[in-house]
Formats: sequence, structure tokens, C-alpha cells
Amino acid sequence: MARRENSEINAGSMADIAFLLLIFFLVTTTMDVDSGISRKLPEKSEDTPEVTIKEKNVLDITVNRNNQILIEGTDFIQVSDLRKIAMDFIDNGGGLSAPKGDKPGEACDYCQGAKDPASSDHPSKAIISLQSDRGTSYGMYVSIQNEIEAAYNDLRNRLALQKYKVSYKEMLKEYNDNGGEKLKAKIDLLKDSYPQIISEPEPIK
Amino acid sequence: MSKFKKKKKGLPAISTASLPDIVFMLLFFFMVSTTMRETDLLIKKPTLPVASEVKKLEHKSLVSTIYVGKSKDKRISGDKIQVNDKIIDVKDVPSFIFAERAIRKEEEVKFMTTSIKADKEANVGTILDIKEQLRDINALKVSFSTSKGSDLSTNFKK
Repeated sequence: MARRENSEINAGSMADIAFLLLIFFLVTTTMDVDSGISRKLPEKSEDTPEVTIKEKNVLDITVNRNNQILIEGTDFIQVSDLRKIAMDFIDNGGGLSAPKGDKPGEACDYCQGAKDPASSDHPSKAIISLQSDRGTSYGMYVSIQNEIEAAYNDLRNRLALQKYKVSYKEMLKEYNDNGGEKLKAKIDLLKDSYPQIISEPEPIK
Repeated sequence: MSKFKKKKKGLPAISTASLPDIVFMLLFFFMVSTTMRETDLLIKKPTLPVASEVKKLEHKSLVSTIYVGKSKDKRISGDKIQVNDKIIDVKDVPSFIFAERAIRKEEEVKFMTTSIKADKEANVGTILDIKEQLRDINALKVSFSTSKGSDLSTNFKK
């Protein structure tokens, strides 16, 4: 009986099959990464306790439908000026923080602001209020949100460099990659030092 | 004699045996680095605003996306909201989020993020309406989708 040798399977068309698959995946998938400014919305509660906040602890930003920005109801500014104004306001440290339990309020010992008594008392008390018009364009709204975020990040970064000799951004990145309890405590401390308090009242109709 | 005879040969053919390997490598690269296209846009593709302080959205499977933009038909004005291949009204946003929650595991629900992809010329009113709806049903994590860049002046025209 003649024994036939096992002939090899022709692999010449393998490339064609792989190309077909490749093209299929190229067409049906996208490569875009989703990135954006993240915000946490305030929780909805039935009975909001009335709190009196001193006028000087609120930075009023109003945007009208022509995308013009008004600060504290008096000055028209450009988006590019907003970061500086927000930083000066948050970092002012002109008074004491809110008393916690039976601990009395403390002065802000890490602030480097002007300590102007007419501006905010303490970063933990400084509130940024962003009032927009329904007709404001979304691009403007995002720009302002971005500048506010940048102001907080700059301040946290400054404190991080001062305290730990590492930038805030690097700490966040390190925490995302490796985690770690100690690092989280540090980041939380920075966040507590400059907490983000943004209020968005009902839009102007 | 034949020892000295020079063999006349044409150029040897390039071996294509490794071609499938190369193509497979490319294939795997694309399979790993890309994501499936989920929705076909019914509205005009939103031009995202530019921002510098962006954060990457993690856990893509936990993100539900809401698109806001102008209609493709020029005669229809106003902002349209699209989720999952259909255009909806603002008041239907909660039911969309509930549907999204229903297909996730219960313990993952609190990590779910809503990504708002809106055109930079959309009205803030529409966005704030959506935010209000999300707040009502406790979907508190929101991300305003932007592209990364530092020139904010392109976001609004004078």
C-alpha cells in the first residue's frame, strides 16, 4: 500500500482572512477617548436648612446670553481673567474658618492671599456662585467651569509642592496607577484645604 | 563540470509566509486599542468645547452618554437630545438612566457616570435641564465631555 506523505495545508490565504478581519475591525470601532470636566451634582433634599452666608464669602459670577461675564455684579471681565480672580478670592484667608464641633475656627495658615477683610474668610467658606442665562452658549459655560477647576487645581498644586514637594497632578496620577492609603490621605488633605464649593442657582429665564 | 556552471536563476520570490503573522499582529493591536462604535448620530455631530483641566473617564462600561446638538435638518432649530439611537425629550432622560442602571450590576450603580457630549453652541438651558433631571433621580456623577486643549477662545465667538 502506498503511503502518502501528509501534505501541508496551504496557508497562503491566511493573510487574506486576517486582512478581512482587520478591515472589519477598523471600520466598526473607534479610537476616541472620552475625557471631560467631571462634576458632582448636589444631592436633592426635601428640606434644605436655611443658612446665612456672608456676602463677602460668595464670589458671584453671572453670564448673560451674549456670553459676557459679570463679577460681583459690578465688573465685566474676560474668561482669561477669571482664574486669577477666583484664586485671589479663594486664597484670601481674611478671617477664621467655620468652627467644627467645639473646636473654634482657625485662621488659614497656608493661604498666601491678601488677607483682605472684605473678601472671603477661609477657603472652606469661600463659595463660587455661577449664575448663567438659559441662552448662554455651552462653550462659554464649559470655559468658566474649566477656569474655576483650574483655580482650585493651581491652589492645591501650590500647597502640594509646599508640603510634599510633589505636584498635585503627579500625586493623582500615582494614586490612580498604584493606589495607597497614605497617598489618599495626603490627597484628601489637599482637597480639604481647598474644597470645591460651587453653587449654581436657577438660570435666568 | 556542473560544479562550475553558474546556475541561472531569477530573483527569488519574497517569502510571504510571515505576512499573516504581521497582519494578525495589527489586528490584535486594533482589537485591543479601540472600542466598538455604539451609536449612530442622528443629530449633527457635536463639536466639543476645549478645556485644559480634563479628566479621563474611567470604566467605560459604566458610562452612559447623552448627546446634545442641533438637528441635521437645518429647518429645525433648537437643541436635540439623543441617547442610544433615538432623539428624546428632556423629561425622558430619567427613564434612559433607569434603563442604563437596569443592565448594570447593583453594586456598580453608584459608580455610574453620565457623560454629556454637547455642541459648544448648544444652550446652557438645555444642559441645566438635563442636570436637573439627573439630580432628581440621584445620578450625581456628571462629566462634561470636552477635547483637550488650552485655547479656550475657540469655545465662544465674539
